[in-house]
Amino acid sequence: MPDVTPVTSAVATGTLMAGKRGLIMGVANDRSIAWGIARACAAQGAEIAFTYQGEALEKRVRPLAESVGSRLVLPCDVTDDPSVDAVFERLAGEWGALDFLVHAIAWSDKDQLKGHYVDTTRENFLRTLDISCYSFTALCRRAAALMPNGGSLLTLTYLGAERVMPHYNVMGVAKAALEASVRYLAADLGARGIRVNAISAGPIRTLAASGIGDFRYILKWNQYNAPLKRNVTIEEVGGAGMYLLSDLASGVTGEVHHVDCGYHVVGMKAVDAPDITVVKD
Amino acid sequence: MSDIAEQVKQIVIEHLGVEESKVTPEASFIDDLGADSLDTVELVMAFEEKFGIEIPDDAAEKITTVKDAIEYIEKQKAA
Repeated sequence: MPDVTPVTSAVATGTLMAGKRGLIMGVANDRSIAWGIARACAAQGAEIAFTYQGEALEKRVRPLAESVGSRLVLPCDVTDDPSVDAVFERLAGEWGALDFLVHAIAWSDKDQLKGHYVDTTRENFLRTLDISCYSFTALCRRAAALMPNGGSLLTLTYLGAERVMPHYNVMGVAKAALEASVRYLAADLGARGIRVNAISAGPIRTLAASGIGDFRYILKWNQYNAPLKRNVTIEEVGGAGMYLLSDLASGVTGEVHHVDCGYHVVGMKAVDAPDITVVKD
Repeated sequence: MSDIAEQVKQIVIEHLGVEESKVTPEASFIDDLGADSLDTVELVMAFEEKFGIEIPDDAAEKITTVKDAIEYIEKQKAA
């Protein structure tokens, strides 16, 4: 079945984010969802700082950051408090205040992103929840301290938080906790004019997705069964992310916004969707 | 050299930023061409996109040299 609706891959330029400064965490390469958001924000005039974890990611993030005029590319390991503190100390020194934060960080042992959730080990459960969920809370606390005039905080989630998806396993549990965090953080920080939201993106072929078993099957299933009959692009998630970070969304907080070609409303396979099988050797 | 072999070579040169002369059939992505583990995943994704094929994880793990990639893709395209 061909894609039947137009795909938005253009990045809209303008001034919606002019004068805003933000930190974007979790860009791995030019296929990253966080990169889609970064480009959308930069094209609307935002000034952006990036973080990376480790040399392998640094060499990918640095050229991308430079391409949008960023001069702040900082190391950060979200499991290490001093490392996180150092990022915000640097931002405080460079910028004084912060307008937005994007958290696009998750981790789980790849071996437990296939098979059954029931087999998740305590060790992997704790580490997965620490990196994929607690890190957002830890970052929001520090970011909020730099937001005297309000701000917008954004994280990424997936439908696997709400319903069972094959292989998503402990990551689904972590994303459920992350979505609950968004609601509590929105309540905690709302009085200070700080908004907290999540985007629940449809499946996209990113480096991180390469760790999820049978990912191509998931992509195809979504393409055949989503109302728009295709998968989303990082440009589309980028546009929605930019909206939530901008003043256009000044009345929106505590929201989990689905950018998934409508897949989340579907309850059953489309009658005309072809039967597909998992590709194996 | 087949079309597929030439295209694989170009993808490797472009992605890893290595000299053409180093991209021999026997060259190992990691040992000879300086790829890191993320590069190998990105290369597989680039091959899939370029050739319109699907390379499952267990097959991807066995693609460690330029020749491995060419042979796997030729086999898939012939099937």
